[in-house]
Amino acid sequence: MTTRIGVIAIQGDVEEHVIALEKTLVERREKGEVVKIKHQGIVDSCDAIVIPGGESTTIGRLMEREGIFQELKEAAEEEKPIWGTCAGMVLLAKEGDEEVAKTGQPLLGLMDVKVKRNAFGRQRESFEVLLKMSIFDGYFHAVFIRAPAITYATDSVEVLATLNGQIVAAKQKNILALSFHPELTVDRRIHHYFLDLG
Amino acid sequence: MVREIEQLRHGTELLKRGFASMQKGGVIMDVTSAEQAIVAEDAGAIAVMALHAVPADIRKAGGVARMADPMVISEIIDAVTIPVMAKCRIGHFVEAEILEALGVDMVDESEVLTPVDTHHVDKRMFTVPFVCGARDLGEALRRIEEGAAMIRTKGEAGTGDVKEAVRHMKLIMGDIRSLKGKSEEELKDVAKELKVSFDLVHETAELQRLPVVNFAAGGVATPADAALMMKLGADGVFVGSGIFKSENPPRMASAIVDAVNNYDDAKKLAEISKGLGIPMKGIEVSVLRDEEMLQARGW
Repeated sequence: MTTRIGVIAIQGDVEEHVIALEKTLVERREKGEVVKIKHQGIVDSCDAIVIPGGESTTIGRLMEREGIFQELKEAAEEEKPIWGTCAGMVLLAKEGDEEVAKTGQPLLGLMDVKVKRNAFGRQRESFEVLLKMSIFDGYFHAVFIRAPAITYATDSVEVLATLNGQIVAAKQKNILALSFHPELTVDRRIHHYFLDLG
Repeated sequence: MVREIEQLRHGTELLKRGFASMQKGGVIMDVTSAEQAIVAEDAGAIAVMALHAVPADIRKAGGVARMADPMVISEIIDAVTIPVMAKCRIGHFVEAEILEALGVDMVDESEVLTPVDTHHVDKRMFTVPFVCGARDLGEALRRIEEGAAMIRTKGEAGTGDVKEAVRHMKLIMGDIRSLKGKSEEELKDVAKELKVSFDLVHETAELQRLPVVNFAAGGVATPADAALMMKLGADGVFVGSGIFKSENPPRMASAIVDAVNNYDDAKKLAEISKGLGIPMKGIEVSVLRDEEMLQARGW
């Protein structure tokens, strides 16, 4: 079986995601390819989709303009694994805080959570931390950059990690959301976990 | 819980370069007020650069150009949710400290303002990341070694003439290509000539690109200009005077954002470029006297 993973390539650290996913496929000894999704008509051919970090307002608006929004909702219904990091987490959420509302950005609403943008502050407050996650032994080196967090989740959402009382990693069926950036570090455990959702 | 907080590490190289990576594929727009910042955010800018005047007006006004009024910067920070950047003078580390204290997300140590020193700011001492201008590989690598997390071409700011940005981008790309296939000994000579470490030259030669994000800046005035710079290998685009000196800023802003996303599709670029009103008038770079060139500032 060949796995085809799509990375939404409108804006953000797309290249880092592509490289990390390619390395993960090699580690799994799986035949597969990673493709960039910039326009309509590609999502349907993918087995799993990643929404990278970047600016959620920009990515969201352009995804809608390019017609990728509806395609992603359909992919979620087909229970394909979909993973959002940072900006991607914001876009997956059903509801946002005042900041999200203020910009009027569109949300995919694929996860029953409420998100807060820039939950930890501005860039000077960005941080690295060794994070405890329910799905792994030991710690995960997590990089938070102007990161969002989940402030409310329904019971159907599985919490994978919290920090200072806020949810920073969560899963709901085939959907995975992370506040931080595993594509910027060398630990591929979350990448494997994501591909196992398929 | 307390322990967790103690373990947080701020201002690392990874966080600085990571922040820059999140800007890739985006447009960063110069703004001089909260109202303009909102226009930029609505158009899909990934960040705004807070200034007291756009480069075209700085050029016209003459005199000493300094960091913007902190009150204006704070108003802009409060008005938008996207990152806010601001410029400090080359070598003016106290302006940089003030900008960091205000909560600015990235500092641009910029040749658009009047330099105060031949030494650039030691950017490694800061928690906040820096972007710096460069005309060639030597300038780019010297800035990276000083701690810049992002490079942009200098171009010739405030002219609306993209010629110099094209030249600088091609020079940087060409310089990097010329490192390919060089022996360790030859790379050591390059490092000496450029006054940077061998490791940095070696890394750049291996990667065949700058080890940090590289944006285009200086003279971008239309969607076609922005797409041109993306085609030449830019990771994203800064637009200075090009938006708010055009006839219809909201339309021009969103057209430039669309052009960066569709830079490889000429048909879409044609649609995007239709009926945007008059772009900024601009000044042809070749009529500028040497002392009027902002790009010569910095070392």
